[in-house]
Order: sequence, then structure tokens, then C-alpha cells
Amino acid sequence: MDQSHIRNFSIIAHIDHGKSTLADRVLELTETVTGRQMREQVLDTMELERERGITIKAQAVRVDWKGHELNLIDTPGHVDFTYEVSRSLQACEGALLVVDAAQGIEAQTLANAYLAIENDLEIVPVVNKIDLPQADPDATAAEIAELVGEDPDRVLRISAKTGDGVDAVLDAIVERIPPPAGDPGAPPRALIFDSSYDQYRGVVAFVRVVDGSFRAREPLRAMAQGTRFEAEEVGFFSPTMRAAEELGAGEVGYVVTGLKDVSRLRVGDTLTSERGPADEPLPGYKDVKPMVFAGLFPTDSDDYPDLRDALEKLKLNDAALFYEPETSQALGFGFRCGFLGLLHMEIVRERLEREFDLDLLVTAPNVAYRVVTQAGQEVEVHNPAEMPREIERVEEPYIKASIIVPKDYVGPVMELNTERRGRFDHMEYLSEERVLLIYELPLAEIVLDYYDQLKSRTRGYASFDYDVIDFREGDLTRVDVLIAGELVDALSLIVHRDEAYSRGRALVDRLREEIPRQFFDVPVQAAIGSRVIARETIKAKRKDVLAKCYGGDITRKRKLLERQKAGKKRMKQVGAVEVPQEAFLAVLNLDGGKK
Amino acid sequence: MSSRGVVRHLYVHLPFCASRCGYCDFVTVVGRHGQHRAYVDALLAELDLERGALAPELESVFLGGGTPTFTEPLELERLLRALPPALEVTVEANPETVTAALASLLRECGVNRVSLGAQSFQPRLLEVLDRRAGPDDVRRAVYALRDAKIDNISLDLIYGIPGQSAADLDADLSEALALEPEHLSCYELEAKPGTRFTHAHGVELSRQAEAMESYFERVVARLRAAGYRWYETANFCRPAALADGRDLRSRHNLAYWRGRDYLGLGIGAVSTIEGRRWRTTPRLGAYLAALAGGRTPPRELEELSADVRRSERVLLGLRLDEPLALAGLEGAVDWGAVERLERLGLVSRDGEPMEALALTPHGRFLGGGVTAELLA
Repeated sequence: MDQSHIRNFSIIAHIDHGKSTLADRVLELTETVTGRQMREQVLDTMELERERGITIKAQAVRVDWKGHELNLIDTPGHVDFTYEVSRSLQACEGALLVVDAAQGIEAQTLANAYLAIENDLEIVPVVNKIDLPQADPDATAAEIAELVGEDPDRVLRISAKTGDGVDAVLDAIVERIPPPAGDPGAPPRALIFDSSYDQYRGVVAFVRVVDGSFRAREPLRAMAQGTRFEAEEVGFFSPTMRAAEELGAGEVGYVVTGLKDVSRLRVGDTLTSERGPADEPLPGYKDVKPMVFAGLFPTDSDDYPDLRDALEKLKLNDAALFYEPETSQALGFGFRCGFLGLLHMEIVRERLEREFDLDLLVTAPNVAYRVVTQAGQEVEVHNPAEMPREIERVEEPYIKASIIVPKDYVGPVMELNTERRGRFDHMEYLSEERVLLIYELPLAEIVLDYYDQLKSRTRGYASFDYDVIDFREGDLTRVDVLIAGELVDALSLIVHRDEAYSRGRALVDRLREEIPRQFFDVPVQAAIGSRVIARETIKAKRKDVLAKCYGGDITRKRKLLERQKAGKKRMKQVGAVEVPQEAFLAVLNLDGGKK
Repeated sequence: MSSRGVVRHLYVHLPFCASRCGYCDFVTVVGRHGQHRAYVDALLAELDLERGALAPELESVFLGGGTPTFTEPLELERLLRALPPALEVTVEANPETVTAALASLLRECGVNRVSLGAQSFQPRLLEVLDRRAGPDDVRRAVYALRDAKIDNISLDLIYGIPGQSAADLDADLSEALALEPEHLSCYELEAKPGTRFTHAHGVELSRQAEAMESYFERVVARLRAAGYRWYETANFCRPAALADGRDLRSRHNLAYWRGRDYLGLGIGAVSTIEGRRWRTTPRLGAYLAALAGGRTPPRELEELSADVRRSERVLLGLRLDEPLALAGLEGAVDWGAVERLERLGLVSRDGEPMEALALTPHGRFLGGGVTAELLA
């Protein structure tokens, strides 16, 4: 199709502001699917996405509207996936900014809206849910207009639920969003903005063609990674996969690659033809590396092979997921996994538990460290228990954090960032009300409960985004936990030296509460090397009997002992001490900040 | 029906009480004088139905409650005279019910052991327990029983009462010892969740929990120092050497701890005979109605598998101060755990290679956890 008849757009909306419903109406109105075929919220395919109301993987669907080809590119909606969002947006020329008429603009929308503005996307502002009794479309329209610098009259007012005004949205997409402007005659270039794995066809890349065109049976190359393959099929989603002769300049669609490993085709890379390759890849490719690590252990050690199989399967669809076997003396066999961020970790864990029916214990997350040992060796450490003891220097990842917050909350946010070893960079007033704060922070301070804290200190108004900028030397130290003199590897921490004492103290206090009293005194210690920094003793039990046991009590007594016995089976043995799984969980949660 | 069974231990439950004590979790019925007669009728009818299980000669009969001595004296007498004779016949009594007349009635009816619910000698603590008797009632009751030539008296004491200091406990033990009982049962107060008692005193109890941790040790140390034998977790008696060679352990209760069969009559009573355990309905109306119609009262039945029986033998046997012979019980024990516990000084093995097992004195204070660990 002629590029002048193509429009590529995404929808930016806060959770529950109606993105999926609007997408559904677009599919119906353009007769891409009929109402009867309509599965609620067609675009969110994963069960988990529907339940959590967030979109994890981008997808693209093509619809026809008044002689135009409209490609809706869905975007993931969370901070961990900023890079994926930015790639999805880069594949578009415009975006619908959808805001709930009853809620007004919410913080999460802003980061993506600004991302869209940064990418020079044409913003089409839309007020949704005008049918709600508590809706205030005028006020909401004024708010959006100010945000994007539009005339309030140009803000569309719709109800995605009833379909009211959705046709005007489609018209506005055609009228306001510019057509793609690539060169159809140039050597082919296509941006990979997502991929998924199909067990029969291998990796399917979702692409936006910028220059030239792509056909099936063509030898292709991913320019940054150098991966070569032959396109087995090209096509588009409408909403299911439809093969096409070719994908031309400006079009959005898929390429079936036959590759067996998603990690060989990374989001942001540029596809080109082997026959007449482009000289330069499209800008913006980044090799996304996991920065947050945690140990995943099956609660029941018999499930270890199942966990391994499940991770293998997830990895097929999630190039950012990293894992390697880990053995913990306290928690048994498991995996050390790397994630983009905390939400990514949560999603992986939930998918493992839900889709693969696994019961997991997740250790406190930590970041990647670069360590130079006294022997001059350079190592990357993903696990506190592996931190060498003879350290010359430790570097930790730093991020540049952008926090957008209503001006009344600037104080609390600054306070939080200072507590988290943040360095103030600068501050901008985006509008009279909204302030953008830029800070540099150690990533380690974010993987704890930073996001929860930020939300609670700003009543949910803060929008937060970050980029890893570099590794910097830090005054970091390893804190170990010993129970009855035995080092518990799963509980080792790497912390800033100033916090070592308070963190060690908190761990020891928590363990003293959580570990039941044993038949003997159990010292619990936190230590830096051989120096004990906190110590508590779990006093031995002095009595543990059922005083009365006569003819009528025997059954009850026996059942009591059976329960006690069953409880012991769930204990993890640390030396001679029985530590309930719950104790580990409680302590790990203390650091993870998440339930 | 004649007695040609093998059961040599009989328990009879008399549920009636003058009032209910807050901490009590036994099947009790307050007042209801009008029903005492019907209840004794029902007991005797039930005895008739079950008599076939009993051996020709019984070792022990135990009348528990409730407050057996609160039962109308005529009815109590009728019951006692109708029960089969035994080497040991025990009746539980509340101090305030024991008069000279009652004491001689019991003696005449063949009772040779009385278990007296003293609980405490501090009026303040007795009040917390809702007990009606005062310290003097306990003394009077003991003297009355002695006068009636009852030469085997057991006192029940409760420790860990809300507000009970260590000095209070020591005083209770002194008062009890001054009465020179042949036998003492000392129970830690169990505040069951959801009871009126726990509702009223739970906060106080958890506040005192740490201080009261040592009470069990105090009780044992004090009674042993006074020459008593700590023969079961909660039970003490004068040793034979100090009692003209008499074995003053409760024969009836020893039967439970040694895994013997026993028949229980009355509401809420439990019987265990040849691998079957049943509990008779705790509801008085249903019990009376069934037996008035000549039918077996409703029961809750539990079949005890061979494994369960072996486990119970271990968990009961280890409550005693005599080693538990393990012949036939090897499978019920986790031998790895035994070794661990032996290293911790909680368990001792007697005989080679593994003929008998006992808890050490330290192990007996932790008997619950230790037993849970060493059961297979």
C-alpha cells in the first residue's frame, strides 16, 4: 500500500482507563472481527495480562478504515519495559492518549506520554468513559490539553464501552497522524519491536518496515546481533496471523524466522536483506541486560526438574530472562535468575506459579556487581553468597531516575531519594503543577521497596522511569547471617557499609522472631567477615509437654504430635537447627518489600 | 451377660457439677439433681451391655467427672455397689463435697483411693479458677478421708494460673506436701483458645508466659526433693521404699500409659478395646434416651491401625519414668532422630542393642517435642 494511506499508532493509557476496550471497539468498528467473534479484549493474549490488567508483550493488529491501513501497536505499560515501550513507540508516527474522564490523568500515563513526545509522535488526546455518571469530560479535556499543548476542543470525547465517538477517533488517526516517511526504494530496513516464540514456526518477529520491502523466502540479517535466517513467511495480524506477499515501507507486520531461540533476535535490532543490505541500522538499539537478580527455589525440592523445564519454556518467549543453576545449602537446588526489574521478576514468578503450577521461594533481589579482587581479578557477581571476601573494589550499577510528580510531593520524593543514596541532578517544571525530578541513584536502592515507597509517599501520583547509566565504585560490604554458627548462604547481603549494622540487626531480629525455639540455645548472628555486628539468642525451650494424658486424651495427643511432626517436615535444616520455610520467607520479604 | 472378656480397667464418667469452672474442658453437667437417678440407671444399663468385654477380675475402676461426689449420695452408693470390684477403686472428689459421711460411704462401698481436686491453696487463685472450695476445705477433706481409713489420697494441683507468682507456687506445693498425700498430679493450666477463661485471662497469661516457663521445673524439683517419685509427666507418688513397699502409682492411669485396653461408661467416655476406640455421645439427653430404650448410645468410632497403635504405645510409654521396651515397636521409631536426641542428652537407650528407650529428666520436660521428633 502507498505509504500515504498508512497510519501507525499506539494507545497510551493508565491501567483501567480503557485501552483494551477501545482496541476492541476499533476491531469491531472496522469489521476486523465481528461482535460475536469478539473475545473480550482480544489484544491481551496472556491470561496473566488480562488478570493484572497490564500488557506484557507488544502486539500489532492491522485494520482498514475508509481506504486507509491502520496499524495499532500495543505497548507494555510498566517501568521495567521502558525500552520495549520506546521501541514500540518508535514504530509509530502517532499515539492515542486515553484518559478516564472520571479519574483524570494519572501518573503512570505521563512517562509514556512524554516518551511519545520525545519520539516526535503526534498525540491524539482522548477522554474516555464519558458515559460514567461521575465523569467530568471538560475538566479532563482541559488537563490533557495543557499536558500536550493542544486546544481543548481538539480533545476527543468517547465511550469505548458504548462505542460512542470511536469512529471520530479513527477519523482523527487518519487526519492528524502523519503517514510514514521511509524510502520505499532504499535497501530494506525494519525495526524489530517485539518477538514471540511459536513451537512450530520458531521465533516470530514483529516489525515495522521503514525502508524498502520484505518478502518471504528472502535471506535476512539482524544488523546489531548479526543473526542470519531466511524469512519463512511475512504477514500481518488482523487480528490473527495472515500471510502476505510482502511488507512494504511504512507497514507493520510479522516475519516468521524459524529461529529456535528468541535471544538471537532482540527487540530494537534492525532487519535488513542479505542481498542488498542497508549500510546503517536504525538508531536506538540497546543490548538489554538483566540488572536484578534473585534465587528461585522450589518449595518442594522434588519440583526442581519442573522448574528447570518451566524456565526453559519461559525463556523461549522472554529474551530478557536469564537463569543459571544455583545450589543453596539452606534452600537446596534452584536457579539464580536475572530480570529487567522488579515487575519483570514478579511476572516471571507468577507465570511459573500459575502456568506451571510451581510453588516457589524467591530470595531477596540484588543487583549485578563488578568486583575487583585483591588478586586483581575482575568478576561479575550476581549472588551475594558468591561475593569474594578479599575485595579491592566493588562497583554497582547506577541509574538515572526520572520522577514526575505533582509539585506538592517534591519534598517527600527528595527525602526518599536522599535516604536511598541518591544524587540530585536537576528539576524542571513541566507545567504549573507537574515537576520532573532527575536523580542518580544506585540501582540496588531501587530493587528494594523503592517503588512502593515512592507510590505511598506521593499517594500514587509519582511516575517513575529509569535508565541504567554506568557502574560506580561503592563502599559496599557483604553481610552474612549465621544460625548456630552455620553460615546461611541464602541470607547473605551486599549492602552499603553505612547500612550494614542496621540491616544486619533487622535480619537477626526478624530471625529471632521467626525461628521457633529449639531444644538448645541458638545464637543468630550477622557478621561482616569474622566480625559479628549483631547477635541474638533464641533461648532453648524449657518445657514442651501436654500435661494431661488419660484415656480420653490419647487421640488428641496423637494428632497433636502428628501435626507437629508434619510441621517438622517443612523445616529446612541449618546445621542442627530446624528453620521453618516461613522464616526464610519473612526475612526475604523484609528485603524484597513485596509479598 | 457374664464377664469373660479381657478388659481389666473400667472408667465411669459422672458429669454432674455444682458449677462449671472456667478452665474446665471435660464433659460436665451443672446441677440437674433430678437426673442423677436416671443417669445411674443408664450407666448400669450400659455396663450390662458391655459386660462381656470385661475380665472376671478387674484391676481398676475409676470414677471421674464432673464431680462424682456431687452426685446424689444415694445414687452414688447404688452405682458403687453395682460396679464390679477391683484392686484399685478411685473416686475423684471436690474438697467441698467431702464430708465425714461421704468419706465413710465411699470406704464402705469399696473405694480405696480418692483423687482430690485441690488445685491451689491461695483463695485468690482459686477464685480465678472458679473453684468453690477454699484451702481449709481441702484440709478438712483430707482429714475426713484419713478418718475413714482411706490410705491412698491423691491431690490435684494446677500451676500457671493467671497471677500466680513463683512464691505462690512454692506455697501451694508446701501446703500440699504438709498433707502428706500418697500421690500428686500437677497440671499446667491449659488455656484453650476460644474459652471463656482464655477470653478473660489470655492477656495476663501471655504476659506471664516467660516467667511461668520455669514452673514445671520448680514443681518437679520440689516434689522430688520431698522424696516423691516423678513416675509420669504430670504424676508423682511416694516411692515404695517410703510406703511400706506399696506401689502407689495410679494403677488405672498406668493402664492408659502402658497401652492396655479399657472400657469407659457414661457420656463423653472413651473406650479402647482391641484396636477400636470409641467415644460415647457427650449429650446427656441422647445418652439417657438410648439406654432407657435398651440401645447402645451414639458413639464416635475410631479404628486404630497397627501403626497407630504402635505410635501410641511409644508416645504414652515415654511419659513414664520406666524405660519403654521396644520389642515390636521398632517400626514406630525414627532411629536417626533417636541418635540425634541422644546426643542432645534428651533420650537414653537402655540395653543392647536397642531394647528399651526412656527420656532423660531433661528430655521429660520437652517430652512433647522430643516424642514428635522420634516417632517415625
